Amino acid sequence: MLRQRARGPVLVLLALLWATLPVAPTLVSTSTVAYAVEPDEMLKDPKLEARARKISQNLRCLVCQNESIDESNAPLAKDLRILLRERLKAGDTDEEAVQYLVDRYGEYVLLKPRFAIHTLILWLGPFLVLAMGLIAAGIYLRRRMQASRQALASEAPLSEEERKRLGELLEKDVATRDGA
Amino acid sequence: MIIELGHFALVLALAVALYQTVVPLYGAHRNDARLMALAVPAAFVQFLLVSFAFAALVHAYVHSDFSVLNVWQNSHSAKPFIYKITGTWANHEGSMLLWVFILSLFTLAVAAFSGNLPLSLKARVLGVQGSISSAFLLYIVTVSSPFVRIPPDRVPLEGQGMNPLLQDPALAMHPPMLYAGYVGFSVAFAFAIAALMEGRVDSAWGRWVRPWTLAAWTFLTAGIALGSWWAYYELGWGGWWFWDPVENASFMPWLAGTALLHSAIVVEKRNALKTWTVLLALIAFSFSLIGTFLVRSGVLSSVHAFAVDPERGTFILAILAFFIGGSLFLYAIRANTLKIEGRFDPISREGALLLNNVLLSAATAAVFIGTLFPLIYEAVTGGGKITVGAPYFNLTFGTLIIPLLVILPVGPLLPWKRGNVKAVLGRLKGALVLTVLAFALSLTLLDASVRAAFGIALGVWVVAGALEEWAGRVMLFRAPLKVVFKRIASMPGSMWAMTLAHAGLGVVVLGIVMSTAWKQERITALQPGGKVQIAGFEVVYKGTRKATGPNYLAEQGLFEIYRDGRKVAEEISEKRTFLGRRGMPTTEVALMHYALGDLYIAIGDQTKMGRTVRVYFQPMIQLLWFGALLMVFGGFIGLLDRRFRVGVAERTESRLVAQPAE
Repeated sequence: MLRQRARGPVLVLLALLWATLPVAPTLVSTSTVAYAVEPDEMLKDPKLEARARKISQNLRCLVCQNESIDESNAPLAKDLRILLRERLKAGDTDEEAVQYLVDRYGEYVLLKPRFAIHTLILWLGPFLVLAMGLIAAGIYLRRRMQASRQALASEAPLSEEERKRLGELLEKDVATRDGA
Repeated sequence: MIIELGHFALVLALAVALYQTVVPLYGAHRNDARLMALAVPAAFVQFLLVSFAFAALVHAYVHSDFSVLNVWQNSHSAKPFIYKITGTWANHEGSMLLWVFILSLFTLAVAAFSGNLPLSLKARVLGVQGSISSAFLLYIVTVSSPFVRIPPDRVPLEGQGMNPLLQDPALAMHPPMLYAGYVGFSVAFAFAIAALMEGRVDSAWGRWVRPWTLAAWTFLTAGIALGSWWAYYELGWGGWWFWDPVENASFMPWLAGTALLHSAIVVEKRNALKTWTVLLALIAFSFSLIGTFLVRSGVLSSVHAFAVDPERGTFILAILAFFIGGSLFLYAIRANTLKIEGRFDPISREGALLLNNVLLSAATAAVFIGTLFPLIYEAVTGGGKITVGAPYFNLTFGTLIIPLLVILPVGPLLPWKRGNVKAVLGRLKGALVLTVLAFALSLTLLDASVRAAFGIALGVWVVAGALEEWAGRVMLFRAPLKVVFKRIASMPGSMWAMTLAHAGLGVVVLGIVMSTAWKQERITALQPGGKVQIAGFEVVYKGTRKATGPNYLAEQGLFEIYRDGRKVAEEISEKRTFLGRRGMPTTEVALMHYALGDLYIAIGDQTKMGRTVRVYFQPMIQLLWFGALLMVFGGFIGLLDRRFRVGVAERTESRLVAQPAE
């Protein structure tokens, strides 16, 4: 009976967890941040410039360690920033501009690797670990509960004398607690 | 002469460490009390020897003894005194020595403060610690010695200088804190190995492991927070976390250590999750080892970096393989000897802590896979290069950590064994109301995006949940004030620790979300007299002047800051070029803290259009480090818990009453 009662809240909790998943990535993403863009590179059109900024945050400065071309002070990053802006000015969509750079510099230029066969482990790995953890925890809990039910079933009910003693103890417990 | 004595002491320490490994472990195996008892004096002697060696190196740095190769490579006579000391560990060889020094300190602490441990367990723990010490000392003595001399006829007059980025107070304290965290997990590791050897884990084991884990976790939290604080004001980009492999290397042991901290509670209180907790202790220290080595070996940037120094690389791999592989092997063959006990429902405190562990493990896996994937990819494809950057980590780690934050306030309110979520949510009414309110207010009044509002609500939920749990515990507003004060005064340290750490985490979340969502930036080229408007401030650029520091030349940008037409501050933002061969300039940003956020000014190069000036307004970003401070403070309070202290038997009134029932 107790188990059934517990099911409702579990479902609510799980639904809540599931519902929050899609919101996750953007919580920590830094969409308005900028570091090393120079004033003279910026495009006149603020919309176009905003697009350029957003794209360049996901492109790697190839000669740096773990810096996007948006953050880096390296000359190569500057060249890439300018190149990207030229493509956008020429009318490329975001995807086309990125593809243009990938064609020239390889997938290495992407800070966020594409979801493909060679990146399956990368993208699915963490969630595989989550699934395995949940399954293992579920198996563990089931076994524990089975063991506990068996233990309960094998235990003899309390005798009249034990019942009386238990009542006394509980009363004493309550009395001590109220006294404290 | 002192250097040679230090070197000699280190070699002696290696001999003592080997002795400390072999004799007590053999004694425990043979059940020979005399042999086991030798572990304590060995730990003491080893500490004396290692600390002498470390002091010898510090001495050479302080006196700018450039006849020592390591000092010449990493120091400069004009450096301020404090950086002469911290320069000791701002390089590979010195930092390894610091690592061993902290390890010997922890070993000494275990030897001194474990009077109530069973002799065999104590001998095994100290023996395992001795083995770790042996490996590191052997590494230092053979391939990574900081005590190498330059031939007398070629001793240079001046050193090459320390990396300028590292000449900073926060970064001076960053490595010792980080290493204290890494090394602290070696105690939990040693306890886990000892438990596997003995084939026994019980509640007492959980209670012994918890304070050491908490100490390590507290240091590591402080170390990571210092590192990100430093990155924030020193790197000049206004960022504070870049998902850089070096950062990830310290973050993984922290995540695993956090999981361990929580699962060890279940071992102590409920005698359950024992095999899993032992495995976590092994994993936490394994990540510490990986973190220690990989950061300085350069292997994270490319596999080829390993080939530059094959001697050290192979040695490092051997140490990693021995301790990680060896401990996991021992676990595989011995874990089933640990008796599985303890029963509980899915909806219970244990169940919540288990879910906490599953989510933290998955989040750790995301960081681990993302950090090592480029390396593995390069190795497997034979040179293929791929980048895994911040967007990947934000997506995967962010997704996995949100459910954790959602369940966080619920867990501590669930009773052991069997609970009811509805009842718990009833006790979190205030937090629920505040959360909904925070969401609605940020969406309407503060003009936040749905995502930002959700993030703020999540942070409020965690903070308010922690506070409401505390309020319920002390019966705030429900009992007379006298009772409330009595309850506050008698609340155990570990409970304070939980409340502070949980609330601190919520504050960190708030800092992250707000500073990200409402960050403002202005990047312009300014002539002297030029102005920038940002977040209600007017920043006026007055010009640039040259200045000299003790060991650097600086270009100082002068700024005046106005609010509502009134001058509120005069600030200097610098670019420094340091003496010595390391000529790259560093930025010293002008940083002003206001109630609603930080004003952050960094100067760049002089161009034809004027001086490049970057001005940021970072709303509420200080919450991030304030939250981290709360977590660290909570950790220290937790360490003061009297139940953790040696020799204090855990006897509360309710226990005494409950005992006759057995």
